[in-house]
Amino acid sequence: MFETLMLSRMQFAANISFHILFPTITIALSWFLFYFKLRFVQTGEPVWMRAYRFWVKIFAITFAIGVVTGITMSFQFGTNWPKFMETVGNIAGPLLGYEVLTAFFLEAGFLGIMLFGMNRVSARVHTLATLIVAIGTTLSAFWILALNSWMQTPQGHEMRDGVAFPVDWLAIIFNPSFPYRLSHMVVASGLTAAFLIAGISAYRLLKGDDKKAPKLTLKIALTVAMVLAPLQIFIGDMHGLNTLEHQPQKIAAMEGVWHTEKGAPLLLFAIPDEQNKTNHFELAIPKMASFILTHDLEGEIKGLNEFEGNHPPVAPLFFAFRIMVGVGMLMLIISWLSRIQLWRNKPLPTWLLKVLVAMSFSGWLATLAGWYVTEIGRQPWLVTGILTVKDAATDIAPGNVALSLSLYLILYVVLMTAYLHTIFTMANRAVEIEEITDDEKVKPVVHSTPIKESNYV
Amino acid sequence: MFEADSLAVIFVSLMGFSLLLYAILDGYDLGVGILLPLKQKDDSDTMIASIGPFWDANETWLVLAIGLLLIAFPAAHSHIFKELYLPTAVLLISLVLRGVAFDFRAKAAFSHKPTWNKVFKVGSLLAAMSQGYMLGMYVMGFEETLAAYTFSLLSAFGVAAAYAYIGACWLIMKTEGALQVQAVNWAKKTGLICFVGVIAVSAVNPLINPDVYAKWFAWPTTLYILPLPVLCFALFVYSQIQLKQLPAMDDKGCWRPFVAAVVIFALCFFGLAFSFFPYIVPGKLTIWESAAAPESLSFILWGAIVVVPVIISYTIFSYRVFWGKVQELRYH
Repeated sequence: MFETLMLSRMQFAANISFHILFPTITIALSWFLFYFKLRFVQTGEPVWMRAYRFWVKIFAITFAIGVVTGITMSFQFGTNWPKFMETVGNIAGPLLGYEVLTAFFLEAGFLGIMLFGMNRVSARVHTLATLIVAIGTTLSAFWILALNSWMQTPQGHEMRDGVAFPVDWLAIIFNPSFPYRLSHMVVASGLTAAFLIAGISAYRLLKGDDKKAPKLTLKIALTVAMVLAPLQIFIGDMHGLNTLEHQPQKIAAMEGVWHTEKGAPLLLFAIPDEQNKTNHFELAIPKMASFILTHDLEGEIKGLNEFEGNHPPVAPLFFAFRIMVGVGMLMLIISWLSRIQLWRNKPLPTWLLKVLVAMSFSGWLATLAGWYVTEIGRQPWLVTGILTVKDAATDIAPGNVALSLSLYLILYVVLMTAYLHTIFTMANRAVEIEEITDDEKVKPVVHSTPIKESNYV
Repeated sequence: MFEADSLAVIFVSLMGFSLLLYAILDGYDLGVGILLPLKQKDDSDTMIASIGPFWDANETWLVLAIGLLLIAFPAAHSHIFKELYLPTAVLLISLVLRGVAFDFRAKAAFSHKPTWNKVFKVGSLLAAMSQGYMLGMYVMGFEETLAAYTFSLLSAFGVAAAYAYIGACWLIMKTEGALQVQAVNWAKKTGLICFVGVIAVSAVNPLINPDVYAKWFAWPTTLYILPLPVLCFALFVYSQIQLKQLPAMDDKGCWRPFVAAVVIFALCFFGLAFSFFPYIVPGKLTIWESAAAPESLSFILWGAIVVVPVIISYTIFSYRVFWGKVQELRYH
């Protein structure tokens, strides 16, 4: 039983971790695309269409992986976590249902027109399709984060014979942690997409691409990153305060506070020791944790000792949290440094371009680390106070789960290799394309024959 | 508010509707994948272009159908997919592989394109076969006998043939020239296999399930239900006659085999649904025993009443936009 439980957890973690990478890009990339398309419509400058055509290809491939890896999720709940739906299905079901009905269909239905329909519909309808896809991706984040947040901080339901029944849907959707988690995730998506665009544009510049499009997209992406990075730190802080109020054990584990203390130090680094309930090699700023969390240097932080047997494992949370914050700080520094350089009308030095290329997927690292903090931080509960992970598990033979898990892992390695390889192949190919000709400037929409695939190939 | 009993019926109908739409829509695009020739590069480009704007949305019907099962009949969802755990994993991995292959084949390095074409073909075939296998096991009540496995394996080939058939009919409608002639040949062959498959399932299903037998051969129900197999038979014959005349002058009637295939799919689906209703897990669980709380189902039903017609209208809009023949492909 335990073996199946552990394997199911690993499989779920693998599936959801791999899946979330792709929506994290597409949620915000769709809005970038809408902006490019809108600017093209307004100005008629071909450079906007160039930017659109290049990034819509990356959007298509990212979106496709997001869709197909997401299908896996709708089967997992029943197969590996049967008690989840049996206990809270009355709440989780409708939230998932609304995600499919209002978001998935909207995205997928208009994606065809967005990708292939540019010459089959009017410019206005095509721009509208791009906008609708963007709204769809954002709506899907809304519903799935409502469910996830409800699992963290449930309310608006009542328990009858061990089964949750809905009482107040507004309270269920707008549960205490939802607004913070939603904005934190949407901004995370913005940063992820911004650094991806900046990184790939920087890559093209490094390869000697002297066209307008990569310079333009680099500038836009850095502007967005420059605004979002500090905003994200602010939202993250608010989210932390909200967690302190509703899930104090999670904060205690994140901060490595073993015993309740006043004026707790902020640990920059340490090695938490679960057995002896202490930290080794602490590097700390005195009283800072109390100050950040309670806005009082002598504020009291509840330690893990108050949640004996009912708190998450400490080390994964402690490290994941520091990785997330570390990447966030790096994003802040690099985006400001680069954007100010561009402001002064100076080209970015090679080393800075290289740093941007290296940070192309830094958003993935921070987002995953952040999700690990919040999801592992909910342990041992699956739904706080209602259902533990252990009780929700299936009774399938462990061999079957081990087999499916191995297949998924192999698949993910192959997909990730192909995905990264393809993105850089596309960037290299874009470097070799000629600069926009005067001919294109006269007629912004080029192809006269109704072609499908070639529109975006 | 709705009654709990009628909610279960409404939701099983909604789920059936999505599942049928999925089988038709993803059926033709999986079928096109199964038929993909690995040698003729131009043909494969045209074939894939014919499903390009639609496949994402087509697969969303599966998410809705499985989602509705999960939401409205959670106990049935976990029962069915625990029984079908490994075939489900194969299905999901195949769907992932073919979905990404669709994009990678056009965007990765050109030298890798033949590989991704193969992945697309094999992924489509495996996805269709695993669905057929799951359908077979479902009909056989998840028995772990040699007969059940054999039947399910045959069903796997049957569903693959059915998808190839509707895929070929789609291609007849969307292509022209040599490829269209080829598609007509595909449709003739797969149509026959399909016909044999439907007869086999119709024969085996009542023979092994006494409940199903009792339902179909109870006077006067038999009389009411008789048009269903008769119509299905007639459509197969009609479709073969049509295929003999295609491709016709001015491409007249190129859409007829596809429409016939859609109706055949619908009739087979109603036949199966009629056999098992009100059971959602054959012989074990009825829709009423496994339905979720009425307050939850009402909440989602109001949304569905508003949203589903909107989804259908923009789906139709999207098909209108891409109406007509696929054009030759040119790469920059």
